[in-house]
Amino acid sequence: MNRRIETLRLNVNGASVDLPVSPARRLSDVLRGDLGLIGTKVGCDAGDCGACTVLLDGEPVCACLTPVAQAAGRQITTVEGMEPGALQQAFLRHGAAQCGICTPGMLMAAQALLDRVARPTRTEVEEALGGVLCRCTGYAKIIEAVMDAAAPREAPEMPLAGAAVGAAVERLDGLPKVAGTEVFGADYTPEGALLVRAVRAPDAPMDFVLGDIEAWRAVQAGEVRVFTAADVPGVNLFGVIAAFADQPVLASGHVRMRGEAVALVAGEPSVIEALDLERFPVTWEARKRGLVHEGRADDLLVRGLVQRGDLAEGFARAAHLATLAVSTPYIEHAYIEPEAGVAWMEDGRLVIQACTQAPVMDRDETAKVLGLQPDQLRIIPSAAGGGFGSKLDLSVQPLVGLVALKTGKPARMVWSRAESMAASTKRHPANMSARIGCDPDGRITAMEFDGEFNTGAYASWGPTVAGRVPVHASGPYFIPAYRAEARARHTFSAISGAFRGFGVPQATILQEMLYDDLAAQAGMDRLAFRQINALCDGQATVCGQVLQGVGISACLKALEAPWQAALGRAAEANQQANQKAGVIRHGVGIASCWYGCGNTGLANPSTIRLGITPQGRLVLHQGATDIGQGANTVIAQICADAVRLPLAAINLVGPDTDLTPDCGKTSASRQTFVTGKAALLAGQALRARILALSNMGPEARLRLEPGHVIVSDAQAERRIDLDALGSDERGYALSVEETYDPPTAPLDGNGQGTPYAVYGYGAQMAEVTVDMSLGTVRVTRITAAHDLGRVINPLLARGQVEGGIAQGLGLALLEEFIPGRTENLHDYLIPTTGDMPEIETILVEVPDPEGPMGAKGLGEHVLIPTAPAILNAIRHASGARVTRLPALPHRVLTAIREAAR
Amino acid sequence: MKAYHRPTTVQDALDVLSGGPARIVAGCTDLFPATGARELQGQVVDITAIADLRGVMRASGGWRIGAATRWVDVMRADLPAAFHMLQQAAREVGSVQIQNTATVAGNLCNASPAADGVPCLLALDAVVEIGSAAGVRRVAIGDFITGIRQTVLRPGEMVLAVHVPDAAARGRSRFLKLGARRYLVISIAMVAVRLEIESGGITRAAVAVGACSAVARRMVRLEAVLEGARLEDAANRVEASLVLPDLAPIDDIRADASYRGVAALELIRRAVIDLVQT
Repeated sequence: MNRRIETLRLNVNGASVDLPVSPARRLSDVLRGDLGLIGTKVGCDAGDCGACTVLLDGEPVCACLTPVAQAAGRQITTVEGMEPGALQQAFLRHGAAQCGICTPGMLMAAQALLDRVARPTRTEVEEALGGVLCRCTGYAKIIEAVMDAAAPREAPEMPLAGAAVGAAVERLDGLPKVAGTEVFGADYTPEGALLVRAVRAPDAPMDFVLGDIEAWRAVQAGEVRVFTAADVPGVNLFGVIAAFADQPVLASGHVRMRGEAVALVAGEPSVIEALDLERFPVTWEARKRGLVHEGRADDLLVRGLVQRGDLAEGFARAAHLATLAVSTPYIEHAYIEPEAGVAWMEDGRLVIQACTQAPVMDRDETAKVLGLQPDQLRIIPSAAGGGFGSKLDLSVQPLVGLVALKTGKPARMVWSRAESMAASTKRHPANMSARIGCDPDGRITAMEFDGEFNTGAYASWGPTVAGRVPVHASGPYFIPAYRAEARARHTFSAISGAFRGFGVPQATILQEMLYDDLAAQAGMDRLAFRQINALCDGQATVCGQVLQGVGISACLKALEAPWQAALGRAAEANQQANQKAGVIRHGVGIASCWYGCGNTGLANPSTIRLGITPQGRLVLHQGATDIGQGANTVIAQICADAVRLPLAAINLVGPDTDLTPDCGKTSASRQTFVTGKAALLAGQALRARILALSNMGPEARLRLEPGHVIVSDAQAERRIDLDALGSDERGYALSVEETYDPPTAPLDGNGQGTPYAVYGYGAQMAEVTVDMSLGTVRVTRITAAHDLGRVINPLLARGQVEGGIAQGLGLALLEEFIPGRTENLHDYLIPTTGDMPEIETILVEVPDPEGPMGAKGLGEHVLIPTAPAILNAIRHASGARVTRLPALPHRVLTAIREAAR
Repeated sequence: MKAYHRPTTVQDALDVLSGGPARIVAGCTDLFPATGARELQGQVVDITAIADLRGVMRASGGWRIGAATRWVDVMRADLPAAFHMLQQAAREVGSVQIQNTATVAGNLCNASPAADGVPCLLALDAVVEIGSAAGVRRVAIGDFITGIRQTVLRPGEMVLAVHVPDAAARGRSRFLKLGARRYLVISIAMVAVRLEIESGGITRAAVAVGACSAVARRMVRLEAVLEGARLEDAANRVEASLVLPDLAPIDDIRADASYRGVAALELIRRAVIDLVQT
């Protein structure tokens, strides 16, 4: 549609500009596209996420909902126009920016509040920020930062050499996130870039026939290039696990899921944006429901099994037995940044810059699809505005790559929120049942678990989920007789892939609910029941792996005092409520977690390169993608202490497949452990080289000066002239590369073996109130004890815990993805500022013999115990046992009534 | 060539509307989410520059809320206690960002079953003032919204204001909203209750429930029973048999029908208790 262009006068960040523009355009689009103010982020185009919040005459509004005509003549303030100062510093100091995609919106909303109220209360901050969603932080640190913005502070000093590990260092890559200059997937648009959009399936399974594309192209407003499966030059199948690769980049003949792409259109952006893709010439026809994939009988993708001990004997020995079935829905990752990226040709090679968690996997898979050798492709990860597992899979990469390769022009694609939610992977819906028995003293004698996991249309990480669940369904407990089976089964529905925990959060809900049953039957305190069953050093897991450095007992111990206090509070509050005939009941729940870090029984090495330039700069090639969790900072901290130079001396490079060795994927809570260990080894190796060159002892101090490394101890000082060393094959005066691959062993047919080299542990307790008349639940406090082995950075670790709890709370109470129905952020609900409890984090350190400096992974662990702790607390408060998630008010109320019968 | 009109007078707006089909826009907080496009489609009449349509003020025989009055304006206005429920609802519309742009008339014309403002305006006996080239007509709010996303507005017409008669601007009022999360949430159920109280008894009651039926409804059976009730007895009179027949609750992903019935009843009871105790 043609719209009359008008010249509007916009006052943006104090400057006035006359802009010829359609008055009906979204202000967000004008700010980003016409004025290059990319700090204003677009997460939903519907006012649901608030990422695009800007100020109009000082009042926060969603730029995506504002026609630019309404902004004309008013003062528009974007993040770029903020005075850099106390608020941004407070964000950095508190670790309030993780991935950073919501940060500009948060800053704008906070600034509007602070302009009115210099020292706002927590409630005022929660209300002011209630319209901006964050999926990383759980809001706690954001709220703290806004409340603390008025207090002037000195910038904290960077740690000295050897003191980086354990220091609460601000994230090293934080500045661009609070300045609004961070470049996410949608933020880079090369000159002349074509815009790419996809034609997607409205339903599935369906057959389709492409119509007269030439005739359709001819009637469009401008040149439109169309690409279909026939244009894919390589193997039109991809998948994160090579043996199961089954997903076409562009479907051919039939589709297996709603939202599957069948064609691409590309061209000049204004032409492509104006296309009505509903009219694209394709005829859809419902397809008979047969197997989702030929050759996968019963739609079974993978069956995972772990069994150990004599199950019949174990159950025969049980004095108490509990059984239960629980179902959980699809869960959407709901990162605030929909998938986006750009591809271009450079010196005959294809370059792709897109949001991702796995650059090397992206390179290899995209190369295969496009018929290239991996070295003909370079992947530059953009900043990722949240990932949580879904950005491990390819999204825009092969699509923009195909268009750039075929046209020779830069090609850019930005998925809409609806497109992202329809086409990206989800957490597996699970239907699980289990029974667990214990002896009269409360010791578990046997456990049997069966889980059916809906893996959707394509394999993605389904095999990993089916493999991980039986290994972890025991929880961090000693179980002498055990059988657990999990099946990943296809359906013609959204793809289930990786989401923080790979199926373990679902299984843990069931296991931990049953533990409450058994504790009740055995007449034991629920925490004490868990403590006597907690796995100990030297005991075998259900896989027969004998562990050391097991931290679950320490985590439970750390919760003992808070647990007793919370039980007391709840009892007192309930007594008062009873006296007043009130409707609110208080409850407390607890749950544990454990989680193996890295691939299950498979190699997953990381390689770190560390060099000193002839000029004396220390450069860390860090290939682990930092999706907000903090790898850029944590890996650098470990490396700095290993080489024993100050953290501030480290210059970060990467990730970039041309510049950084492979650090694998950011998943499975493996980066701090695996890449961290590679960084430790690299730091130690570089230090050893320097000491050898200077012939100094192991305790010598290092110092960098322009052109020199100074090595000294009490007796002597030696200067290494870097220039004199010349340049090594990597372009450094001195450099090392070290690889670490965790020692694991594949599981046998009964799931016995060494699936992981390192595990992390944790336990959380939730305090809730339940409205007995409405079934509404409010989580008031969560106390989380997590064993990190060695805390590398307590500031970032606490941020991980709080963010995981927010996602666990969503899983318990709010979230349910229904394909075709909740493909937006107002029907799919994630927690807001007002939904979060007070969180107390207790960091426990039980060193792991294998982890770097004793460290264990944390990223996924933190959300696993949250949902079961909340569900157990709801039951404690109200008697309601909710077995179908989420625990929406109507389900809780029904369960309250069933319990009362 | 599609035009974007931004008139500064009602007359200019009506002139454009009389010239052919056009979309009336104000806060755009429902229109933009409904399109994936980067701009509003079709012929547009943006009424946000018409000063006469902005603000809440005394008018003959009652109060006038201009069509383009934003929720933040309602929140900040100095209004009698009968309007407190409307001001409480204003704080629950979306988020601060939405309240800063979304308008009262937009809430009505979008005709969502979950529109936060509608139950309050129902309980205020509001009358919608509709203008067109042919003149002005007035429609009671209960007749204005006819179904999901449906109103009595005809081509060429626009809402100019919402009037609350003095007879309804009396008493005290309370709005309660139930959603699955705190902010930015579509209601599962919401109630607006206005009570006029004299010498220990309720003389007049207005009770409306939203988000439970296709269109928000007045609970006329319940109102009849509340009127004449002693304050200490009022909450006990809130019974399912008086509410459910007028409510006819619906099922959707947010809750099932039976829950909505229970929730509406409970919320009404709480609002009544709150009002008779203050």
